[in-house]
Amino acid sequence: MAVVFDKPHALVDMPMHYCPGCTHGIIHRLVAEVIDELGIEGRTIGIAPVGCSVMAYDYFACDMIEAAHGRAPAVATGVKRSDPDKHIVFTYQGDGDLASIGMAETVHAAARNENITVIFVNNAIYGMTGGQMAPTSLPGQVTQTSPYGRDTKHCGFPIRVCEMLSELEGPEYLERVTVNSVANIRKAKKAIKKAFQNQIDGKGFSLVEVVSSCPTNWGMTPQAALKWIDDNMLPYYPLGVYKDRSAEEDAK
Amino acid sequence: MSQTQFLFSGFGGQGILFAGKFLAYKGLMEERQVSWLPSYGPEMRGGTASCGVILSDEPVGSPIVTRPDVLVAMNLPSLDKYEDAVAPGGIIFADSTLIERKVTRTDVTTYYIPATKMAGENGIPTLANMIIVGKLLAVLDEYKEEGIAATLGKVISARKADMLDANRKALQLGADFE
Amino acid sequence: MADKVLMKGNEAIAEAAICAGCRHYFGYPITPQTEIAAYMAKKMPKIGGCFLQAESEVAAINMVYGVAATGKRVMTSSSSPGISLKAEGLSYMAGADLPALIVNVQRGGPGLGGIQPSQSDYFQATRGGGHGDYRMLVLAPASVQEMASLTVKGFDLADKYRMTAMILADGTMGQMMEPVSLDFPEAEKVEKPWATTGTDMAREHNIVNSLFLQPDELERVNFERYERYAYIEANETMYEEYLMEDAEICVAAFGIASRVAKNAINEARKQGIKVGMIRPITLWPFPVAPFAAAADKVKSFISVELSMGQMIEDIKLATSCKKPVTLCNRAGGIIPSPEQVLEAIQKAAKNGGAE
Repeated sequence: MAVVFDKPHALVDMPMHYCPGCTHGIIHRLVAEVIDELGIEGRTIGIAPVGCSVMAYDYFACDMIEAAHGRAPAVATGVKRSDPDKHIVFTYQGDGDLASIGMAETVHAAARNENITVIFVNNAIYGMTGGQMAPTSLPGQVTQTSPYGRDTKHCGFPIRVCEMLSELEGPEYLERVTVNSVANIRKAKKAIKKAFQNQIDGKGFSLVEVVSSCPTNWGMTPQAALKWIDDNMLPYYPLGVYKDRSAEEDAK
Repeated sequence: MSQTQFLFSGFGGQGILFAGKFLAYKGLMEERQVSWLPSYGPEMRGGTASCGVILSDEPVGSPIVTRPDVLVAMNLPSLDKYEDAVAPGGIIFADSTLIERKVTRTDVTTYYIPATKMAGENGIPTLANMIIVGKLLAVLDEYKEEGIAATLGKVISARKADMLDANRKALQLGADFE
Repeated sequence: MADKVLMKGNEAIAEAAICAGCRHYFGYPITPQTEIAAYMAKKMPKIGGCFLQAESEVAAINMVYGVAATGKRVMTSSSSPGISLKAEGLSYMAGADLPALIVNVQRGGPGLGGIQPSQSDYFQATRGGGHGDYRMLVLAPASVQEMASLTVKGFDLADKYRMTAMILADGTMGQMMEPVSLDFPEAEKVEKPWATTGTDMAREHNIVNSLFLQPDELERVNFERYERYAYIEANETMYEEYLMEDAEICVAAFGIASRVAKNAINEARKQGIKVGMIRPITLWPFPVAPFAAAADKVKSFISVELSMGQMIEDIKLATSCKKPVTLCNRAGGIIPSPEQVLEAIQKAAKNGGAE
């Protein structure tokens, strides 16, 4: 009988701890499928963040390292430089990890065009600690630490990471995707695969921002959360390719 | 225990650290115990530069030269600052081109060498430091051709080989100066 | 002595690290240790190694974490304020049992402090520096030769015990030149089956991690780590005794302070004062045994430090406060003079050891 659906080899066969309706599971699966398809599991080393996906090190079947909060790009730099020809290195980071406490590491890894792949999951909230305001929380968004809605006069504006990094000379590839529909999941996988392929080809820093949901801390059903992405997140965080140096050079 | 403490002092750019390094290397090649310690910090940038060198037959204890047996002063602030620190019976070498006053201590021996002027007249304007070192070696009865050549070979990198002759010339000028 | 070269302490550390097989260096500029970075920047590209100037001390230590996780020898260096920034990474490396060499060429503090030599990071180094229950091997060189040889030793010990080793030097040690021999014994090869170098599809995945959410598991790894620490305390302590056979006064000093103290002790001996010195070479593990033994023989101890008195606490602990311990110190970047130490020795001799 033909197998039409199976667990990717690059995922360990164990239950994940994520909340019902959380999109981390989908994104993990996409990364694992890409690792399988590219045949790189044996030389891939993943760097897990601090945040909801902290225990990603248990879920991916490749070698894994747990980094301090925000430091994954620096750790990835060390791993990559240790054996640039062999190691395929990816970080998997949330918005607080990548765009708040680890912003310096993110920007400088991008500026160096460090030949790594960054999976950036943006759900506009600190999930693991129970729903605090994130660097990507939307204006007016109610969180535990912005109970009256994010007041931009008081705590500023959310950061658009892809747009910001696209101003740098360094990075190879920046794309924002989402996973709130089958069609979008397909596009997300294509972007993730490109981000890994770029590394294999030695092209450099490739970051895929995945606009994601957090039904638990947004306080809505999984279904409503996916719709909330369309209605609220995407207008502020438009999908698309923000930088693709090789494609730009080919076009010239 | 035979131990000599040297203090080299002057402006940044006068080759103070190099002069000290030359002496330290010479000690090393003669299989003596040596230490070389520079001042470091903001005063390195444009202000006073100094370094202490210790040559000893026993392992060197503290590398910090607080009571030099030999002071090389290449400008007035250096002489003002360190004259009193020199050990009784010690020796002071002063660049008399840049230091107009005389040493006031009477319990030390002083040699005045117009090193900066001599360096300029002899076409080696950056080597006043080594003219004084030449005199210092002669006074201490340490001026030996073969040792000097070998030491210069160590402290001057191969790509600056043209500096070898200039340094040798400076040392000779200093040694011959009466 | 023909094989000896004259090198700055900082350069000796860098060259020794390369001799020890270190091919990865990450750092951030800070006085007075920048020569290490400059040396590595020049050398590493020529020998197929990697020198990378990081965007911060925080990033640098995490790059070290990354290379260490792959099992290769790696180092960083900094000076006091920079080490505070690295403390996070030091704690994570302890929690993940990763070996690496950290160099602290100390300057005066707290805060931005100054740039002149100091020993005021003794507490920070010997107590671990970051959060949590852990130790670092702390090696205190007192000569340029030891800057080199303890660097090699530090890499060996770090690998052997899967922990960070710190060279705790000071501005004087970093800046001074002395003859140094770079002839080191071959390092013992340590297998690292835990390293994350890719599974090659031939084994289960390795995980380098310091997160243990179950308290009983976290307690277990802490207990195991401290068993290892106890073994190190019993087997890896290093110190030098100087004129201690008949000593009635024991000076304790490490690094540059021990060099100054030696001058003072020699002078005191000429005056007929029976004084000797214990110089800890490992600050952790602290040489408890020689101090405990000396406490039964000498009348008093003098701790000579470039700080407000930090090692003095370990001396009191090691001697169970059996004999008086006095402090002879300067701070803020000033080095005690031999005369100051001699005075402290004379005073101790006059008081018959009592304070």
